[in-house]
Amino acid sequence: MALFNLAQAINLALGQEMEKDKKVVLLGEDIGVDGGVFRVTEGLLDKFGSDRVMDTPLAESAIIGASIGMAIYGLKPVAEIQFDGFIYPALDQLISHAAKIRNRSRGRFTCPLVVRVPCAGGIHAPEHHSESPETHIVHTPGLKAVIPSNPYDAKGLMAAAIRDPDPVVFFEPKKLYRASKQEVPEKDYEIPIGKASIAKEGGDVTLISWGTMVHVCTEAAEKLKEKNIDVEIIDVRSLSPLDTETILTSVQKTGRAVIVHEAPRTLGLGAEIAATISEADILSLKAPVKRVTGFDIPMPLAKHEYLYLPNAERVAKAAEEVMKF
Amino acid sequence: MEKEIAKFSVNYLQILDENGKCAEQPGLTQKQIKEIYESMVLARIFDERSIKLQREGRLGTYPPLKGQEAAQIASAYALGKNDWMIPAFREHASMILRGLSMEMILQYWGGDERGQKIPSGENDLTFAIPVGTQPLHAAGIALAMKIMGEKTASLVYFGDGATSEGDTNEAMNFAGVFSLPLVFVCENNQWAISVPRSRQTASQTIAQKAVAFGFEGVQVDGNDVFAVYSATKSALEKARSGGGPTLIELFTYRMGDHTTADDASKYRKKSEVDEWVKKDPIERLRKYMESKKLWSKADEEKLLAKLGKKVEDAVKKYESVPAEEPGKIFEYVYAEMTENLKNQQKSLEHQDEAKS
Ligand SMILES: Cc1ncc(C[n+]2csc(CCOP(=O)(O)OP(=O)(O)O)c2C)c(N)n1
Ligand SMILES: [Mg+2]
Repeated sequence: MALFNLAQAINLALGQEMEKDKKVVLLGEDIGVDGGVFRVTEGLLDKFGSDRVMDTPLAESAIIGASIGMAIYGLKPVAEIQFDGFIYPALDQLISHAAKIRNRSRGRFTCPLVVRVPCAGGIHAPEHHSESPETHIVHTPGLKAVIPSNPYDAKGLMAAAIRDPDPVVFFEPKKLYRASKQEVPEKDYEIPIGKASIAKEGGDVTLISWGTMVHVCTEAAEKLKEKNIDVEIIDVRSLSPLDTETILTSVQKTGRAVIVHEAPRTLGLGAEIAATISEADILSLKAPVKRVTGFDIPMPLAKHEYLYLPNAERVAKAAEEVMKF
Repeated sequence: MEKEIAKFSVNYLQILDENGKCAEQPGLTQKQIKEIYESMVLARIFDERSIKLQREGRLGTYPPLKGQEAAQIASAYALGKNDWMIPAFREHASMILRGLSMEMILQYWGGDERGQKIPSGENDLTFAIPVGTQPLHAAGIALAMKIMGEKTASLVYFGDGATSEGDTNEAMNFAGVFSLPLVFVCENNQWAISVPRSRQTASQTIAQKAVAFGFEGVQVDGNDVFAVYSATKSALEKARSGGGPTLIELFTYRMGDHTTADDASKYRKKSEVDEWVKKDPIERLRKYMESKKLWSKADEEKLLAKLGKKVEDAVKKYESVPAEEPGKIFEYVYAEMTENLKNQQKSLEHQDEAKS
């Protein structure tokens, strides 16, 4: 089996879906001739032509708004927003229309659209290029949201997202694009939207996270092992809908949960997960649920992003605290 | 019945031709011309030095301005001290001319918020990275100037790519409706990363977009300091005296990569770049100055040495500034830190203690 990094795995998935289904079209800023600023769409213009791989004018609201129209009409657009911090001009279209058209029209119109969003920090990028805006999406009924933490999941999740009948925002952690390679099968498979995965099994504490933070949790797990703390790591993968079953089953086993995310703490998805755990099963908890998150501040510029981003020390410390409770 | 009810034309302005020749320059003194030249050369040296710093790992991603020196310097030169300048993110030349220190610009691209703390008294906004967002702020500033009865104007820079954003068009519409003292300066450098101007608009010129918003637009040779200065100066005068907004399309070229993270050879031909090298705005003005006996080889050498040192001093200053204390990341979110932020700030201190 061939080795792929996360960017290549997404590229592979896009190419395969486009080959299988003529209705799949790509659009966005610099995705054609340039192959995308992260090279995720490299080679696809040559392969599929400019009707299916479109370099658009610089207008996020237009990209998403027009994608909604194309989706309603019967195409399956996969739109790219160049960076997390530039999704905001498109939120009106996403929240007011993509998310609502099925419901508003009582199923007459649908919006099978994928929005790819390179996201999150850790690469010393300029201002507005390192944000984690998933809460805005997850908070919007009608939108789905996924985020892979490895190349294998990336390919399967992209296949599932493109085939999904509803709008899916597909977050791509920039730091992971080229972080490592993994065997990725050429053959068709889907990672179902709505299913978390257990990245590591363990019995003492459940670490719940997604994207880049899954790797921070893995690093923390090594540190904790030295202290005889055996963690289980859940890679949430699907932010909306959330796989509460996998989360609850794990927490019932360990009795302890630490949620780790890059987005600011207040109303981050961690809050929802903590609330879900306590509503469903507070009695299985041996300690309060803890969160290790970004702070409630604008994402700092490169020099101070290390202060903001959760790291293995912060995660390990939180895990030790819940163990000691 | 059918009859023509509207008609428009768009003018193109060039004063200094590509060989450095001109019939009549717009009334600048010799001293002013030299000042403009010096500022352009400084911007070029700063630009090249910044790229090198990035390559050496001493600066973050940096967007070069090479080729746009005339567009930026000659337009900013027309501003009065009390006018406001609202930049996008590539206007280092304008920023330096207006008084922002080079070390602060480096600080910003080095990933330090303090580079955006515009010294008080300077009437300029800081960088706007989200493309096309700042023209609306310029419209607001101009609206405030108008409401407060001040005889000042605001000038906003944005790119050809930015003309595709809704916000930019909404700003022009606002400016037209309220007849704002605002000069829109579109630096049409032909590219928005890899996307050519032709993919941003089917319109023949960017200048003509102003017509639809009810005000005047003009296309100007953006590599011609005299034309840029002259067009900006009269647009600012018109704005200050109640004549409303103007759109100035500066026809220029981004000679370098989009940023240090980009490789322009992937999407544009060397022959295209070479054609524009011949139109280099700095060379052009130098040729003019030489032909008028305003400038000599010796002057040039002296200037390069002086400005080289100036840039080196700025680099030294940039690199000798001590890191900002970590806790500062919490202190400017609100006028007063919330209890929540105070707690988060404390947790950060504990984290640092645990590490040391
Ligand atoms: C809203 C938004 N979308 C995308 C980007 C990414 N981006 C940064 S600069 C740029 C191109 C801008 O082109 P133009 O307006 O012509 O300015 P230039 O870079 O040529 O100075 C893009 C797409 C951004 N910064 N903001
Ligand atoms: Mg441009």
